Amino acid sequence: MIPASRRRLVALCLAIAALFATLAVRVWYLQVRSGSQYVALATSERVREVIEPAVRGPIVDDTGQPIVASRPALVISVSLPALWAQPGGGAAVLGRLARLLHVGAAALRREVRVCTATVGRPCWPGSPYQPVPVAQHVPARIALQVMEDQRLYPGVTAAVQPVTWYRQPVATDLAQVVGYLQPITAGQQRSEGLPVTGFAGVDLAGQAGLEAEYDRQLRGVPGSRELAVDAAGQVTGTVASVPPRPGDYLVTSINSAVQVDAEQALAAAIRQGQAAGNPAHEGGAAVVMTTTGRVVAMASYPTYDPRVWDGGISQAEFRRLFGVAGGEPILNRATQGQYAPGSTWKVTSVAAAVAAGYPLHGSYNCPAAVTIGGHSYINDGNPSLGPMSLRQALVISCDTVFYELAYQIFRHDHPGANVVTSPGAPPQEMQKMEVAWGFGRPTGVDLPAESPGSVPTRRWLYYLWKDNAHRGQDWCRYGRQNGTYVQRVEWDNCRYGNIWTGGQAAIAAIGQGYVTVTPLQLARAYAALANGGTLYSPRIGEALISPSGRVVRRITPPVAGHLPVAGSTLAYIRSALAGVVTSGTAAGTFAGFPLRKVCVAAKTGTAQVAGVQSTSVFASFAPCEHPRLVVVVMIPNSGYGADVSGPCARRIWDAIFGLEGRRAALPGGVIPGLPRLDRAGRMVPPPGFAPAPGGTGHGRAGHGRSGPAGRAGRPGRHR
Amino acid sequence: MSWAGPALGRRGGAPGAALRRAGARAARRLLARGSALRQADWLLLGAAGALSLLGTLVIWSATGPLLAQQGASQDTFLLKQLLNVALGLILMLVVASMDPRRIRLYAPLLYGLSCLGLLAVLTPAGSVVNGARSWISVGGGFQVEPSEYAKLSVIVLGAMILSDLAPGRARPGARPVALAAGLAAVPIALVAAEPSLGVTIVLLLLVVGQVVLSGVRLRWLAGMAAAAGLGVAGVLRLHLLKAYQASRLTSFLNPAADPRGTGYSAAQAKIAIGSGGLHGTGLFHSQLIAGNFVPEQQTDFIFAVVGNELGFIGSLAVIGLLALLLVRALRIAARAQDQFGMLVAAGVAIWFAVQSFVNIGMTIGIMPVTGLPLPFVSYGGSAMFADMIGIGLLQSVHRRRCVFRD
Repeated sequence: MIPASRRRLVALCLAIAALFATLAVRVWYLQVRSGSQYVALATSERVREVIEPAVRGPIVDDTGQPIVASRPALVISVSLPALWAQPGGGAAVLGRLARLLHVGAAALRREVRVCTATVGRPCWPGSPYQPVPVAQHVPARIALQVMEDQRLYPGVTAAVQPVTWYRQPVATDLAQVVGYLQPITAGQQRSEGLPVTGFAGVDLAGQAGLEAEYDRQLRGVPGSRELAVDAAGQVTGTVASVPPRPGDYLVTSINSAVQVDAEQALAAAIRQGQAAGNPAHEGGAAVVMTTTGRVVAMASYPTYDPRVWDGGISQAEFRRLFGVAGGEPILNRATQGQYAPGSTWKVTSVAAAVAAGYPLHGSYNCPAAVTIGGHSYINDGNPSLGPMSLRQALVISCDTVFYELAYQIFRHDHPGANVVTSPGAPPQEMQKMEVAWGFGRPTGVDLPAESPGSVPTRRWLYYLWKDNAHRGQDWCRYGRQNGTYVQRVEWDNCRYGNIWTGGQAAIAAIGQGYVTVTPLQLARAYAALANGGTLYSPRIGEALISPSGRVVRRITPPVAGHLPVAGSTLAYIRSALAGVVTSGTAAGTFAGFPLRKVCVAAKTGTAQVAGVQSTSVFASFAPCEHPRLVVVVMIPNSGYGADVSGPCARRIWDAIFGLEGRRAALPGGVIPGLPRLDRAGRMVPPPGFAPAPGGTGHGRAGHGRSGPAGRAGRPGRHR
Repeated sequence: MSWAGPALGRRGGAPGAALRRAGARAARRLLARGSALRQADWLLLGAAGALSLLGTLVIWSATGPLLAQQGASQDTFLLKQLLNVALGLILMLVVASMDPRRIRLYAPLLYGLSCLGLLAVLTPAGSVVNGARSWISVGGGFQVEPSEYAKLSVIVLGAMILSDLAPGRARPGARPVALAAGLAAVPIALVAAEPSLGVTIVLLLLVVGQVVLSGVRLRWLAGMAAAAGLGVAGVLRLHLLKAYQASRLTSFLNPAADPRGTGYSAAQAKIAIGSGGLHGTGLFHSQLIAGNFVPEQQTDFIFAVVGNELGFIGSLAVIGLLALLLVRALRIAARAQDQFGMLVAAGVAIWFAVQSFVNIGMTIGIMPVTGLPLPFVSYGGSAMFADMIGIGLLQSVHRRRCVFRD
């Protein structure tokens, strides 16, 4: 061998030795040095955690009848990753499926798109790993076809799943209170500490109403299974398993019969107002128990069928629900509608006058008009009626008595603070009383969204002016001294918006001007008036009952305060309101009503709102002596309280007590006790409240519900 | 079979006796003084045999559970590989018993046959596996991978040309180097066209190694290195690499970029090896292997199974046995009687070394993923036969060693 070859052979030996040393060191590093780290990686690869969503608890009414529940149904779902793996993104599969389901292929394609910032509804708002339900309640024949011919329908599954089921008509009549379910958002998942596995997106979460308020309790606790899987994602065994715990039953104090009647009466009144040529298009009503603060019914018009949320809402439905053009049926007018209370407000003004030292049994003049600050404030529709008692002022609803009282109080009420320059300005005496009656702040009802209404305290006035003089509505920019009506008001507001005037005090005393309330606020204030002064934070939920039948939590409406009014004053006002129905402004409305059987006390309200028709308000309670229930109806843009809201309230009273040919929903106004869940999982109505014949069957075993995609996503290989 | 016909005819209906006699004669030849077996390098043979048996066991463990899941016999791959090893040993014995000079005579024939084979895979007769046209189906479910034999032919032909010195010259001149390079370029181009990046790299390094070892002048080497550098630059500039090859190279540089593709294999192999720890899970006890997480786990990624199931100890055993094998091969090269024997032995050593390093390196994340089997350990007939023939070549050179010089 030549010497050069020998030298180079030695070099080759060294090179190979170096290579193999490298291998040995690297293998040592991987296996010995960082072995534990790779063991963890390997474990996370081999084991998949699959979240099993819990069956969602039902929402039931006061007798245990379901309002929202779940029913097993055959659901056709599409697995997006499997679909995308098909040639052409699975367009052929979707086309076949569309023909099978008798839907449009284009519509089906839109439904299985994943929602993004640019892809609008209809689209799939959940995780792409979650099977997308495209058809519920399909006939078994179609389900079989899909299951048997998987070559034609790859990625399409048919399975029995619990789907959300609504008892009609109550679910539609209570749509805004019930709320709706949508796939849980990533933010909710984080904030609630739910397991984030990429598959937990199968969970639906309540996004509004009771579904959102009691979401945690209704949802239950999802179970999990740790599955051993191979590289293809095929399950080879179960490592550990925690079964899901179904959600609790939410028993509400909503009485389905009263609710349905209230909604129908409200709709009828608004349609009647429309027929009379008024632009009425919305309204709210609330029925509240006086002594407990529980909500018996809460109606909002317009309403919508909550089934539109099933399996993803369409863009058109979404616009109709949330759009002004569609009347915004998503809003709950009973808690989010803010309307002028009109003369129903005068009960607070009487209380404020008495608190300010004016005698309860004194005599007050009811002139045709009162002049305050150069303006003449006339008594609506009435001539001069001379001196009268406060009772008579309420019965016939004389405005000028309250103008005068308000002006008198105004003149001695910190006059130096009327030009409001700081939010710390002292509240006016009348407004202080109104705030004490729970106005101008949310009631705290167990619903996630609620409007506060407005009471024009000096502080409120200060912020109104500060927020709108040079920003917001920007009065100073748009106002004109000699422009349109609105421009003139803006010009005025720009200069004097922070000044509390006698005129404002006068119109605030009859529930107009800056004063707005929600129907629920008015109802709880009248409940406090009726029960002797206890102001409740109303509650719709009554109890949470576990699937085993244990009462997990009784929900008691908390006391929000006490009216700073003597019991005798409240009794005086109550008796005056009884007179309203027999001989006052509501006498016509209640003509022929069997007041002997059930004495109803009420106050009408007709709030004139600039530029549109009056807001028709009716606040009532019954029975007069020992009031049990309050019924409040508010319908803006519709006319006199006695003409529109009054008849609506009368119909609701009929339904509650079973008068004028109606079946009593709550005989004698007695509220049912708590229904209970028996061992078989059936809701047993409280004694005396057997479900109405013809009512839909309910209370099957395992009668919970979960979202349309109740099944956990198939385990896949994820890294 | 053609030779057996007349033989049987002459013996007149006593085939059994004829076969027995033939067998006895073969056995005598095998065990005779100076025979292949008597003069074998037993350590080399032992290392190759141990690797083969270890490989067979690991293949069994890597495929058994999967086959059982599919309802097939879980011994299928075990039996096939045992057959491969047995046939490989016979081929090795045949080659080992040949004189290197005779092998040298066969070199052009071997070269021609392997070039034809490589051409054949590029025709429609070749079948595509993993994007490369590397296989020829020969019927009965058997497939041949000509590129495995191309390595042998390049080794033998290169050794033949580079050892054929002109009278009076101590080193090969320009002509043999150019001839060797030019002849090797044909199979290299054909393999690159399959495309098989791994074999191309092995063949290139083989040729370079043999040229260097043949003793050419250093300035020649420098010139060739410069030319190679220009060639690499040209490949990169002209985008001659296929997309999947480029992706394999880049995913080696950045494994997180494509976790589902090539990087996935590399990452899975690394996890399998790393999680094996010191002792491993034991054969048939790895859920990772039973779950088929590592792609190609009985062939190119067999080392991942070794690492996972046998741990650091098993990995070190495989690396150690390969090192022992190479030490013996290089020792045979150093003691070879002539330049041809030295170049053949060194060529086989370079082949095994490069292929082992690239294969193990890709499973532990220090080399790009290229389709190369681990010598003696990976499943596959063609590879096993070629590896065993390589051992046969070494044994043949060993028999003709120079006993007087170290």
